[in-house]
Amino acid sequence: MRLHPTDDQRALRDSLRRLLARRFGAVALRAAVAGPGLDRALWRELGAAGFFALRLPEADGGVGLGLPEAVLAFEEAGRALLPGPLAATCLAAGTVSGAATGETVVTAVDGGGLVEWLDASDTVLGDASGAVPLRSVDPLTPLHRVPAPASVGPPDPVAVLLTAAEQLGTAARVCELAVQHARARKQFGQPIGAFQAVKHLCADMLVRTETARAAVYAAAVTAGPADIAAARLLADEAAGRGSRDCLQVHGGMGFTWESEVHLHLKRAWVRSHRAGGVTESEELLAADLVAGAG
Amino acid sequence: MDLTYTPQEEDFRARLREWLAEVLPTLPPKPSPDDWPARRAYDLGWQRALHDAGYAGVHWDASPTTRLIFWEETERAGAPYVGANFVGLLHAGPTIATEGTPAQRERWLPPILRGEEVWCQGFSEPEAGSDLASLRTRARRDGDHYVVSGSKLWTSHAEVADWCELLVRTDSAAPRHRGITWLAMPMDAPGVTVRPLRTLAGSAEFAEMFLDEVRVPVADRVGAENDGWRVTMVTLSFERGTAFAGEVVACRRVLGELAREARAGGRWDDPALRRRLGRLNAEFRALWRLVQWNAGETETAGGGVPGVAGSVFKLRYSHARQELYDTAAAVLGPDCLDLDRPWVLDRLSSLSYTIAAGTSQIQRTIVGERVLGLPKGR
Repeated sequence: MRLHPTDDQRALRDSLRRLLARRFGAVALRAAVAGPGLDRALWRELGAAGFFALRLPEADGGVGLGLPEAVLAFEEAGRALLPGPLAATCLAAGTVSGAATGETVVTAVDGGGLVEWLDASDTVLGDASGAVPLRSVDPLTPLHRVPAPASVGPPDPVAVLLTAAEQLGTAARVCELAVQHARARKQFGQPIGAFQAVKHLCADMLVRTETARAAVYAAAVTAGPADIAAARLLADEAAGRGSRDCLQVHGGMGFTWESEVHLHLKRAWVRSHRAGGVTESEELLAADLVAGAG
Repeated sequence: MDLTYTPQEEDFRARLREWLAEVLPTLPPKPSPDDWPARRAYDLGWQRALHDAGYAGVHWDASPTTRLIFWEETERAGAPYVGANFVGLLHAGPTIATEGTPAQRERWLPPILRGEEVWCQGFSEPEAGSDLASLRTRARRDGDHYVVSGSKLWTSHAEVADWCELLVRTDSAAPRHRGITWLAMPMDAPGVTVRPLRTLAGSAEFAEMFLDEVRVPVADRVGAENDGWRVTMVTLSFERGTAFAGEVVACRRVLGELAREARAGGRWDDPALRRRLGRLNAEFRALWRLVQWNAGETETAGGGVPGVAGSVFKLRYSHARQELYDTAAAVLGPDCLDLDRPWVLDRLSSLSYTIAAGTSQIQRTIVGERVLGLPKGR
């Protein structure tokens, strides 16, 4: 029993981290904020690297790996603030032509009636008729609202887990950013990270992140609905509260548009509303208690 | 990422489960919490049963995953807790096993494993709590003895212990961490006075201990003189990684009981309470995964000290436990003020979790400095 990623899984994670650092680093991120739009060349490059086809069987042209690998890939996407309807395209890899290779961008109508990246997508799953754009809080996630969303049934647990993995990536990244800043920024003659008040904020960020990591990785192994709902709640909390704490550690600079921190917080908010939001997961886990599934 | 157990581990679990099913019905009834001699006899009797069945040293020589299975299965089966054997099995024993001479190991370890002798821990002092290295209890050499004077605090099971693992200052001129020595002190030595302390939960779970010119043979020192800090740290976080596995299992059981109580009492219709219970389900599922994560980590680190991962776990778990029993109070409503209702005493006891064995504030500093590499400050 070892919940940690294997050597192969770590190699996959590292290669994706390098690809994203090269293709979607700080400069590309700023450019994306200044001029929203999906980078189709990057999307195809991700397809070529197997990002969307990780779980597709090799016989169908996929990579033939499992949920753990997909979770690690989405964690990296979350870290890098990679924009686009990643989970919807990944889930469509076996059914929508071109999704696996990154040629076709697929989005989906969420149960809550929101659609991400509608204009930039080639295929929409679900009924998006009458969708109207809204002024999205996240500059890197264009949103439409469907006026009367059809009942779409319970959310796909895999989509919930991949979202949790993105949140985990955010949680880990904002903890790193906060620690870097707390080491470098000096006030009262010492790095602010030497002050307990700041140090303890950072420690709490790490505790939330590592607890969420154990929950997300375990859910990737068991794929059980209750484990996935738990992973989602823990990862949402780690990303949301972590981003706020990171902003706090950055002080005035954290409140500026120029800083990267607000982008993490806003994306974490967008993700926390997917698939019925946290309420759905809390209710599922409450029902699980009386079902005696323990 | 792998959550499967090896065939050997599954075999261990199956045999343990079978044995527990046989032995637990034969145990005497649990003694009253206020009857210390009876509690000592009960706890030692359980350790003796473990010893005779071949499980005596599972905390020491088994792999972390095997230990996790041991805690999980004994809790599920409702077996007795480690109780008065805690210090012997989980701290003093491993310390002697690691740092003691062959003669010391031969003298002290078998009685711990056979359930014959109880140990307590004399570390904290009135002026040395979180700042343990500032301890002042002094020991001066007098021939082949140390003569010890001072006072110790929060000494669990002191009333019924045979031995005390004692930290004393042997060099007051040295830097504070370097003048400390580890001694094994017999509790019946002249000059040892124990005074029970009542906790806020009303019970006498620990004591203060006064030492007045107590003579301890030099031969009962473990490790070198003035090397006691290092000797202690080798095993201080020995069990952080998996020792709470049983408690997490127990908390998950309580959570299920709370949900059923809420349903029976009508409070289940309150969505805020229901979701709070759902969130706790997520919390304790995650904590269980964190225990498994830590076991796997220790496994591959060669059975090393799970100190850092232990701090992350302890911070999260101690707060989760308090939230669990606060939620129990919400389920009980005004009945949460009745000490005879279930969970009410547990709620009081849970208040110690963010204090004992390193306060949450100290743990955050450890995480900040040792894991995140933040600079030390004042």
